[in-house]
Formats: sequence, C-alpha cells, structure tokens
Amino acid sequence: MTAQAFAQQALTGGFAEPASQSARAFRMALAVLSQPGTIRQVEGAAPPAPLSVAAGTLLLVLADRSTPLWLAPSHDTRELRDWIAFHVGAPLVAPANAMFILGTWAALQPVDRFPIGRPDYPDRSATLIVETTALNADGPGLRGPGIRGTARLALPEIAAFRENRRLFPLGFDCFFTAGDRIAGLPRSTIVEAA
Amino acid sequence: MTDAAFNFAYLDEQTKRMLRRAILKAVAVPGYQVPFASREMPMPYGWGTGGVQVTAACLVPEDVLKVIDQGADDTTNAVSIRKFFVKTAGVAVTEATADASIIQTRHRIPEHPLTEGQILVFQVPIPEPLRFLEPRETETRKMHELEEYGLMHVKLYEDIARHGAIATSYAYPVRVEGRYVMDPSPIPKFDNPKLDGNPALMLFGAGREQRIYALPPYTRAISLDFEDHPFRPTKADHACSLCGSATSYLDEVITDDRGGRMFVCSDTDFCRSRREAAE
Repeated sequence: MTAQAFAQQALTGGFAEPASQSARAFRMALAVLSQPGTIRQVEGAAPPAPLSVAAGTLLLVLADRSTPLWLAPSHDTRELRDWIAFHVGAPLVAPANAMFILGTWAALQPVDRFPIGRPDYPDRSATLIVETTALNADGPGLRGPGIRGTARLALPEIAAFRENRRLFPLGFDCFFTAGDRIAGLPRSTIVEAA
Repeated sequence: MTDAAFNFAYLDEQTKRMLRRAILKAVAVPGYQVPFASREMPMPYGWGTGGVQVTAACLVPEDVLKVIDQGADDTTNAVSIRKFFVKTAGVAVTEATADASIIQTRHRIPEHPLTEGQILVFQVPIPEPLRFLEPRETETRKMHELEEYGLMHVKLYEDIARHGAIATSYAYPVRVEGRYVMDPSPIPKFDNPKLDGNPALMLFGAGREQRIYALPPYTRAISLDFEDHPFRPTKADHACSLCGSATSYLDEVITDDRGGRMFVCSDTDFCRSRREAAE
C-alpha cells in the first residue's frame, strides 16, 4: 500500500467531534441494550469495508487502549487493523482474552470460548459486536429486564443465546449491527424457543 | 455555550468510555454493582460525585436535565450540580419532571410518573446493602456470588422482634429479578414500589465506593419482606399543608420553638404544579 492510500483509508473515518458524537452514539447503545428488541441508528464513523458504520461507531465509543479486541476472520483485514490501530488503539488479542469481539455470527463460532465473567465479577465478560445483514423484528420472542411483555428481534440463531442466558449472571452481551443500525441483546434476556 | 476550558460534560473521553462500559455491564446484569475507576470531581465525595460521573457519561447536548435533592429542585446540592452541567455541557435544564430527559436525584424518586426514554440517575453513598451487616468486601462479594442473603432477612426479622414491625424506613433493600439484592440508595421506602417495573432506565452511581449499578426499564425489583409482615410503604399521616396532596411523600418542617410544625411535599415540582393547577 502506498503512503497516500494508507493515509486515505486508515487515518480518516473517525469522529469529527468526538465528545458530542460519541455521547449521542452511546445513548443509542444504552437504549438498545437496556430495551432489547429496539433498533436505533448511529452515525459518525466511516470505517473501511467490511466494517459497518454502526460497528465502527460502537468501537470508537466504547473501545480504547485498555480494551483488548479480537477480530474474527470475517473482519481480520490489513485495512481494518490499521484503522483500529489509529482510531481506537485497542490491542488485538486471542478470543479468550478479549473484552470486545467483532465479526459476523458465522465467523465467531464457537462462541463458548469468549470470556463470560467470573461468579464474583460477572462484569468481566466479553461484549460481542455481531455484524448482520438484517436487523428487524422478524425473530423469536424476547422477555426479561428492559422488555414490557414480549419483544421480537431477528437473531442469527436461538440455541446459543438460550445457553448464554442459562449461565446468568455470567455470559456475554451482544450488539447487532447492520449498516448504521444497532440492536442489543444483554445476557439477561430470555430468548423464547422457536 | 460550554466553557472552552472543559471537554463536553467535564470528563475526558477516555474516562467517559470507561464509565460507559461500566454502565452497559450494569444494565446487562441488573442489580449487580460494577466496579469503576471513579475520578476526583470538583466537589467532595458525598456530594453526588458518583451520580455526576454517570450523568456526565450519559449526557448529550440535546438533553434537558433536572436535578433534585431530597425531592427539591432548589436546595444546595441540586442547584450546584445543575449549574455544573450548565457550565460544562451547556445543556438545557428544567424543574418539571415530565420535561426532563435525564434526572439526577439524591434520595427521592419524583412523584410524577416517569416515562420510557427518561433516565433517572441516583446518587449513592453506600452501594452495598450488606455492608452494615458484613464489613468485609471480600465476604459481601462472596455472599452476592452465592445468593447468600439470609443475613438480610435476619436483620429485618430483628426489626420485627424489637419494634413489632420492620423499622427500616429508607435504603430499603430490593431483590432484582430474583437474583441480586440491591440497595436503592437512601430513598424512603415510600418510593420503593416505583422501582418495580418502572418504564424509565435507572442508573445508580457511588463515587467514593466506586460502583455503578442499574435497573433497566420494566425490571422486577421486589422489596424484601415476610409473608406475615408484608412490605408496607409509609409516609407521614398528613396531607401537604401547601397543596393538600394526601398521597405524596411529605417533609416535616419545624416552624417555631414551641412545637409548631407543618408537613409539605418533598417533591417541590409536584407541589408547585398542583398549586398552580388549583389557582
């Protein structure tokens, strides 16, 4: 890669106004995680493919030098590594040591290798940023904290999230991203069997 | 606008990321106290530094902020925190509960029902409900891990044995989603029923103790009790002397040195809006 191409790809696409843009994006992330099934839009990041705007924005809002990150094979590209190195600075590590996990659901398998926290510190668990193509309510019923009655959200599968809920208060937490849209699925949500 | 000497909402971006990660984990495990690296704030511990940090991490420029201290908008703590965020974040402020998108509170939940999308941030002095029963952090952490909450019921039972009723009247413990026992901060137990299934997101920040915890909307938070001594929210047996409300939580105000007293709503916005509506 030439120095010019590098500068065009890796050094651009961050927040223009980090304080206000990350604040707005965080409120969307907080809304979707505290009310599973809701879908919101975020903006600000312009990362290189295959990273979506939403996933790139989440990384800028939440990840930094203190948060080890694992890139699944679907997202482990030279361009993306450079972009993350410049804008986020998160050390890239193995899945078992990561606080943030990024990839498509297929590329994340098997998901039982990610940190689920410890019984005395359940917060020391991974947050998954799962890139999908379809974010909509065409999916299984969701119940639990943040949901009045039942909500619905399209999920890449059901069994893994039911198993994750069985571990509560341990388990990983998920953001789903598609384009500039995000949804959340914390470990506390009960995913109903199909 | 914002004083140029500050980042938006005072805290630097890395600190806000740390806070935001802690808040999200707190939301994912309702009632569990997430440790966080509490910063020194330009106010002493005990003045709401935990709540201020949570509010700072959540604020967006479009927010409308309300700050209350024991229900009142016009007391020292509320006024100084409101001015702090006007200066450092340039956000709009209000005293009307219904108009606020974020409400930071010290020891009350507003009388006016909260709605979906609102965030209520509590200032918490001692986040650990078991602390006065077991001073060692290593032990209380183990007790939460094992759901070993018998000691809390012993404490409530001793209340009954001594006083004939559960005498705990504030910071009354709740069980969140059947799992963690949580200290709702020193709100009167009158407010406890509002914790259960509330449409607003509730965030709790303890600055000195470095803990953040949360109740997402529509989360079960059941006050601990016994079958033969059910939980009962209590208030002074009067009506407000100013607005006449018989259902709101009341403060007792001493009016002279000969035993004179009056009872008034602790929620100043609720009381004023009732009086304005009556005129």
